[in-house]
Amino acid sequence: MTQPLLEIKGLSKRFGGFVALDGIDLEVAPGERLGLIGPNGSGKSTLVNCICGTLQNEAGSVRFEGRTIDGLPANRRTHLGLARSFQLPRPFVSLTLIDNLRIPLIYTVAPRAGMLARTTRQMDERCMELLAMVGLDSRARRWPRDLTQVEMRKLELARAMAAEPKLLIADESMAGLSHSEVEDIIALLLRLNGQGITIILIEHIMRAVMSFSQRIAVLVSGRKIADGKRDAVVNNPEVVSAYLGQ
Amino acid sequence: MRAATFVFIALVVGAIVFALSLLARNEYVLFAGFVVLQYIVLATAWNILGGYCGYVNFGTAAFFAMGAYSTVALHKLGANPGRYLAGTFAEALIPLFPLSIPVLVVIGGLVSGLVGFGMGYLTLRLRGVFFAIATLALAVVLQTLIINWDFVGGSRGAYVIRPDSIALGPVSLSYIEYLYLVMLSLAVLALCVARQIERSRLGFGFATIRDDELAAEASGVPTLRLKLIATALSGALMGMAGAPLPYYIGYVEPAAAFGLPYAVNSIAMPMIGGTTSWVGPLIGAILLGTLQQIATVTISSVVNLLIVGVLLVAFVIIAPKGIVGLLQDRWRARLQP
Repeated sequence: MTQPLLEIKGLSKRFGGFVALDGIDLEVAPGERLGLIGPNGSGKSTLVNCICGTLQNEAGSVRFEGRTIDGLPANRRTHLGLARSFQLPRPFVSLTLIDNLRIPLIYTVAPRAGMLARTTRQMDERCMELLAMVGLDSRARRWPRDLTQVEMRKLELARAMAAEPKLLIADESMAGLSHSEVEDIIALLLRLNGQGITIILIEHIMRAVMSFSQRIAVLVSGRKIADGKRDAVVNNPEVVSAYLGQ
Repeated sequence: MRAATFVFIALVVGAIVFALSLLARNEYVLFAGFVVLQYIVLATAWNILGGYCGYVNFGTAAFFAMGAYSTVALHKLGANPGRYLAGTFAEALIPLFPLSIPVLVVIGGLVSGLVGFGMGYLTLRLRGVFFAIATLALAVVLQTLIINWDFVGGSRGAYVIRPDSIALGPVSLSYIEYLYLVMLSLAVLALCVARQIERSRLGFGFATIRDDELAAEASGVPTLRLKLIATALSGALMGMAGAPLPYYIGYVEPAAAFGLPYAVNSIAMPMIGGTTSWVGPLIGAILLGTLQQIATVTISSVVNLLIVGVLLVAFVIIAPKGIVGLLQDRWRARLQP
């Protein structure tokens, strides 16, 4: 059996008396497309933060490529191949778009390859390639404040991609986007998955989750209540009850 | 512009400034110029942490004073080495005294750099206003330690008698000319360091910390390590600026060395000039430092902080990004279709 790329066992996280995550178990295979859904406050973003090292879990463990990564700072996890996009875009506002993408190249890709830094030309070429992938190449020397919301989300994905991840976690990358913009992002994510990148998609837009995911996991009140193939999950009575009420 | 070209131009400009200052044949120009140059170093040093990384340091005076007091301590040690040093190791050190100002500057930088590193290690998990308060607390703690350290004069202060002149090879300079040259060299060094950081991967890393630390970590930036580098480097430059102070004023006491003007000016100057570039602190320090020196001789030194306050309020309203930011925004607006 293939070793899971990401393996979470008994993960728990509390904020004071509030239990945000309660013994989560989750496995993600290499190359898989996993949809992670759940109502607001179900613990999706907390789970992402625990996986990526923004928050430290209190119990349980996170393993990436068979290696326990609990306690590692977020930047070390990025070096290992974990990348994320944020629910609300968080661009580096004082840097141009091309410089935004340069950061993961300087601090993640180059050290990983054992180089102090790629040459400026090599970096520029790679940045332009990534910007072209999300359709922002013509605005490479502009600042994030010149972008629309959808462009900002695309920049966010491109920056995550610049770190050359093995696992990409897209946290509500489509929130607030129009129908065609959602299609754009799905097409982009499918293209990335086609390049061998494992993707966890956290989303409220069910159409997007259904068309993208091979497998869906459902969180409710910090617990995982379902995990399996799309149709089985959406017809699961507990999931229906959590989303639509009794 | 390549780094080597910039360093060359900075050295040439520095040499011209020094030559023009000597041509003025007025010692006051050197005294006043020393203070302005000192503020260029302090403002540039503050900006490495405050401007590039976005971490506001209210403890500039502490780093500055540590540099000054390391000079006082070493000066006292050097005045009577046999009294304080004993043993074979100590005897080997005795011929090194009295230490020259450049050596004292390096030692002052090392001491303050270490203090900066320690402060960074203890406080950099704090952010925003909490970090700023912690730096203020550091200044209070260090001042209390110095007040209670009798070797460097404690609360009564310490005198440092400087020679009248010094021979640099075939050239003989008055001591104030020499101190002015040292501070001018430090200003050139600080500007070259700041400019080099700005255009390096370190500078990119600092900018991401300023913009969004969470996103920086997610992009692989080792934020904690970079912040430690920034606090150590910023502290070291501040300490270097403080090291010649005892020779400049001749009498150092804690209230003066840890004085409010150092902390306030080193924040106000980059804010007025602009915090995102090495040019900002330079412009701010020249503008504010010169204004203060003019006010000192025409009105009173008491109005110095008033000038800072008024200008700071004016700039926060009119140009929150400082003079450089204002010009950059206009330039960008002109470029956009």
